[in-house]
Amino acid sequence: MTTPGQDKVKVRLATTSLAGCFGCHMSFLDIDERLFELAELAEFDRSPLTDIKHCGPCDIALIEGGVCNTDNVHVVRELRANAKILVAVGACAINGGLPALRNKLDVNDILTQVYRDPRTGEPCVPNSPELPLPLDMVYPVNEIVRVDYSLPGCPPSGDAIWKFLTDLILGRMPRLEYSLLNYD
Amino acid sequence: MLNLETAQSPHKLRRVAIEPVSRVEGHGKVTILLDEENRVHQVRLHIVEFRGFEVFIQGRPYWEVPVTVQRLCGICPVSHHIAAGKAMDLVAGYGPLTPTAEKLRRLLHYGQIVQSHALHFFHLASPDLLFGFDSEVSKRNVVGVAAAFPDLAKRGVMTRKWGQEVIRHIVGKRIHGTGVIPGGMNKSLSVAERDTLRGEVDEIVGWARESVALVTQLYETNADFYKRFGESRSNMMGLVDSTGALDFYHGGLRAQDADGGPIFDHVDYTTYQDVFEEETKPWSYMKFPHIKALGAENGSYRVGPLARVQVCDRLSTPLAEDERRKFVALGHGKPHHGALLYHWARMIEMLNAAEMARDLLNDSDILGTDLMADKGPRRGEGVGVIEAPRGTLFHHYRVGDDDLVSYCNLIVSTTNNNQAMNEAIRAVAARFLTGREVTEGLLNHIEVAIRAYDPCLSCATHALGQMPLEVDIVDADGALVSRGRKG
Repeated sequence: MTTPGQDKVKVRLATTSLAGCFGCHMSFLDIDERLFELAELAEFDRSPLTDIKHCGPCDIALIEGGVCNTDNVHVVRELRANAKILVAVGACAINGGLPALRNKLDVNDILTQVYRDPRTGEPCVPNSPELPLPLDMVYPVNEIVRVDYSLPGCPPSGDAIWKFLTDLILGRMPRLEYSLLNYD
Repeated sequence: MLNLETAQSPHKLRRVAIEPVSRVEGHGKVTILLDEENRVHQVRLHIVEFRGFEVFIQGRPYWEVPVTVQRLCGICPVSHHIAAGKAMDLVAGYGPLTPTAEKLRRLLHYGQIVQSHALHFFHLASPDLLFGFDSEVSKRNVVGVAAAFPDLAKRGVMTRKWGQEVIRHIVGKRIHGTGVIPGGMNKSLSVAERDTLRGEVDEIVGWARESVALVTQLYETNADFYKRFGESRSNMMGLVDSTGALDFYHGGLRAQDADGGPIFDHVDYTTYQDVFEEETKPWSYMKFPHIKALGAENGSYRVGPLARVQVCDRLSTPLAEDERRKFVALGHGKPHHGALLYHWARMIEMLNAAEMARDLLNDSDILGTDLMADKGPRRGEGVGVIEAPRGTLFHHYRVGDDDLVSYCNLIVSTTNNNQAMNEAIRAVAARFLTGREVTEGLLNHIEVAIRAYDPCLSCATHALGQMPLEVDIVDADGALVSRGRKG
């Protein structure tokens, strides 16, 4: 990690969205025109905002969403293996969030309830090998890999994300004042 | 229709995957099967995630639903907030909304259309159109756009910001706020809030006009390519008001065939289950809806900007309607079906939404404080339908006497486009991949076609489930030794 002005090496930032709604990524973009300032300090690695599909060594990884299928597990591990600092962003990454409401349900019943042939009424659950296997529950990220920071909120506001990221990038201890902390 | 959905003998073919599809919202992947001469045999867009809102919402009290279902999508939470709110207006027994409540909901919705369309075009799709489909990967993103076209990027960011601020002033937060409640709205708009938004709206309308001009200009650089790329003929659908004008908030369903002929018009959306049917295919968690009367083979349709601006008779605001006419005229009486024309239609809609928001900000009703409708007896069922940024969105609930949701069915915008997106990428694959060595740039052509539809794959993964995992251990003769089962 470097201080701007010291040299031209930028912080590499990876982001991913798992079982979430993309709202944390939208909130990230709610830093609005500060995005251009961020571009001076950091460059993207793997992120749904870029076409880099797999992560290389990077400084910070932001994870939105809980872990709901085998693909998610691979992605989380890939980011953990490559990132110096891994951040669980938002309610779903931290504790499963709203999608974890499914954890109390028997998923087999649900699958056959949702996927039925409209004419015969028979269950027809998608089963192609191309589809990743769902997990029995939606897991918080920290049950799969070690998490260095958790940034709460549904979603954390653009201001909170900005404060947190700039603290981290500029080498300060990340600190969010009360007004930036939301547990909604 | 190209028949590239299922290869005849897949085991002899080579598989190429685009995983994950990027610069779209949510989780999708594309698989392509090619033979030795790189001829395309099968192309599929798979939606690989599911979450289960329709099921886990059951048993929840109806009044919390408009807030919880927003978590289907962080790009257009307002769509789900409003559609669920409209359904729950009925369930809770409310009559017509007060003028202020309906106008606040409309302003909220138009603000969302501005932010969502701006986000999609500038932050996600524009790098392809500005730099080229096979341009350098590291620059093909919003940061690359900001470096190469700073003014344009700034305009996009600031347009989205204004839309987000409209939302924040009405529902308290930019993402996942609370404003719509069964029967009306929970907060009025203050004079100061109105003045802030009104002070900026003329600039937003101006930027929206420039955005339409930009897309028009891009089209003119290579008109034939823009027209034909990812072209796939299909039926189209959207909501219109009683006069035939596009209405994003409320109206009747209108569908037209690929030549622009009528299929149905002014259909009461509460009867949607008589009109549509959803099919499941084994290779995607996203269902395939179609118009029942036309059957699965011919009944699929597209929704969203390209469908809406073509099925309606007009747009309600002058600048946008002028642009719409120019756009439609290019078809010489035939509807447009090219995927890239979605971008153009989307920018026309953004202008339309900005103009409508300006009208509402100049309407004194918007500052009213009469926010709740008159309440009648509770009903057991409600359907709410709107035109979300990505297309027609259906929310349907049944609620028991205990006020708990007992049934929920959602057809989200992107699901309606499932078949159309698959056809579009098959057209692109057949046209660009056949007989050529597959490169990253060529594969991005496929993604460009998907992006044009602005899919929201998180929205589309509302159906919940878990694959029943079954492992059979067999001996050398194939006899079952043991069976493990999970889920």
